[in-house]
Amino acid sequence: MSAAVPAGPPSPGRPDEVLVRFSNVSKTFRTGSGRAAREVVAVDDVSLDVRRGEIFGVIGYSGAGKSTLVRLINGLEPVSSGSLTVEGFEVAGRRETELAPVRQEIGMIFQQFNLFTSRTVAGNVEYPLKRAGWPKEKRRARVAELLEFVGLSARAGNYPEQLSGGQKQRVGIARALATSPKLLLADESTSALDPETTQEVLQVLQRVNRELGITIVIITHEMDVVRAIADRVAVMQDGKVVEHGSTVDIFARPRTETAHRFVSSVLHSEPDAREVERLRRAHRGRLVIVDVGDGVDIGGVLSDGAARGVRFTIAYGGISVLQEQSFGSLTFELTGEDTAVQAVVDEMSRITTLREVAA
Amino acid sequence: MNDWSVLGPELLAALGETLYMVAVTLLLAGLLGLLVGVGLYVTRRGNILENRAVHEGLNLVVNFVRPIPFIILLAALGPVTQEVVGTRLGPNAAIFAMTIGAMFAVARIVEQNLMSVDPGVVEAARSMGVSRSRIITTVILPEALGPLVLGYTFLVIGITDMSAMAGAIGAGGLGDFALRLGYQRFNDEVTWAAVAVIVVLVQLVQVVGNRLARRILRR
Ligand SMILES: Nc1ncnc2c1ncn2[C@@H]1O[C@H](COP(=O)(O)OP(=O)(O)O)[C@@H](O)[C@H]1O
Ligand SMILES: [Mg+2]
Repeated sequence: MSAAVPAGPPSPGRPDEVLVRFSNVSKTFRTGSGRAAREVVAVDDVSLDVRRGEIFGVIGYSGAGKSTLVRLINGLEPVSSGSLTVEGFEVAGRRETELAPVRQEIGMIFQQFNLFTSRTVAGNVEYPLKRAGWPKEKRRARVAELLEFVGLSARAGNYPEQLSGGQKQRVGIARALATSPKLLLADESTSALDPETTQEVLQVLQRVNRELGITIVIITHEMDVVRAIADRVAVMQDGKVVEHGSTVDIFARPRTETAHRFVSSVLHSEPDAREVERLRRAHRGRLVIVDVGDGVDIGGVLSDGAARGVRFTIAYGGISVLQEQSFGSLTFELTGEDTAVQAVVDEMSRITTLREVAA
Repeated sequence: MNDWSVLGPELLAALGETLYMVAVTLLLAGLLGLLVGVGLYVTRRGNILENRAVHEGLNLVVNFVRPIPFIILLAALGPVTQEVVGTRLGPNAAIFAMTIGAMFAVARIVEQNLMSVDPGVVEAARSMGVSRSRIITTVILPEALGPLVLGYTFLVIGITDMSAMAGAIGAGGLGDFALRLGYQRFNDEVTWAAVAVIVVLVQLVQVVGNRLARRILRR
């Protein structure tokens, strides 16, 4: 099955920009047998680069194929077709036993934490070091250092069931970092946590990235998570990456409907269908939704309009700041003489994206 | 009236024989059953050494041997016992048959208890690059240790039960004592004495097993 792949472990420290490269990667699951046999294309022809040192987000709704995508990276699921390299090491087509060296370079954390219930906090963190053959003294020092990093030194002797969700995930992070991996995979690592604890865990992940220089691939269905820490993001739908780019770009200019919905889910700056209905009842003038942000001079257009007798009301909207850029959207009601209002609408469409709320 | 100055030492000797047979069988069937049980578990669909042929093969053997009443297995194994142990009679012949009879029950208990292990922790270990054999010994078995201890405790009762029938092939023990000196002589006092010893024995094992499991499970 795996004849034609080059051998050899990943070469550490190569000054390569790309850490993980997906080239036309697909993953098909076969379930059932006989007549009930079915094929699910969980990952469909994905090409993508994860760069060294970044936090790369993957967002999508449930069933989009995010977990499968991330599990291909460390070979928990075998790739069906295409090429997937980690530091130049081809992962596709490898047998389980051949994957050990690359897995030692990749840490992973999970939604349900997956801590060993039979081991203490320290025991969990020590486990990968034991497997890697570290001598006892070095293990002890490393465990202390890692627990310090995640702020759980006082909990070393506790068992997982004695910890809160956020603390469990911090143990998970410490365990995943034990053998100093280059890459950390986080699959819905905050989805089982409340919003406050989510922030706490995201801050730890940010420190992992900034202070330890570890590249992170973070899977989530929450755009808030992407907004909080991702440098770049890929949007997945039906196994495909439908859009990817810098987080700021996706927020400022989402190109696909899916990306747009995710962006609105955190910005809350656009009225949804119900709110539109209410706005329609409350406002008789022309209703337009415009994207605003740095360099979009909506104020200038409105002043010019006012000079021609066009009045405006802000009916809905919001503006947020992300990585020192502001963006959001405003919904205006415009009233006045038809041609004058039309001129304002035309000018707005010229400088930004505009959607009209049907009368 | 019974003469306990004669019966007493006989009862003690019978207890010794039972303890010997149960202990050795527990050890052998425990180990062999553990191997078969782990084999059944890891070869299951979706598990780390998924292998349909091996799994079905093991399953077949387990399902074939398990329902055979022990007294019949004891007789049926006669020629095999003769080959392996060198005799069809006595405690060691009984131990051989008991080991065969018990190990498949152990295998099922082990398989079922291992299935209670969260697949997530196995996945976590895989993600660290831990080898599959190491995952079995350092993750799966430790994670299932509490229920396994309870399972083995339960097993002691079954083995004690089997050992009572070993008297049929001259292996002695408490069952033999109760049947030969009690039941067949219509001597209820002797029968009840043997019963009492067996009950105390099983209770002791149960208490120790439960305590151990509770400590492992931290409850
Ligand atoms: N082991 C599997 N066997 C069969 N189908 C699977 C398996 N894992 C995932 N799938 C299917 O692949 C698709 C993508 O799943 P997943 O990667 O878990 O999505 P997500 O993480 O985005 O929710 C789903 O349709 C799911 O049912
Ligand atoms: Mg998922």
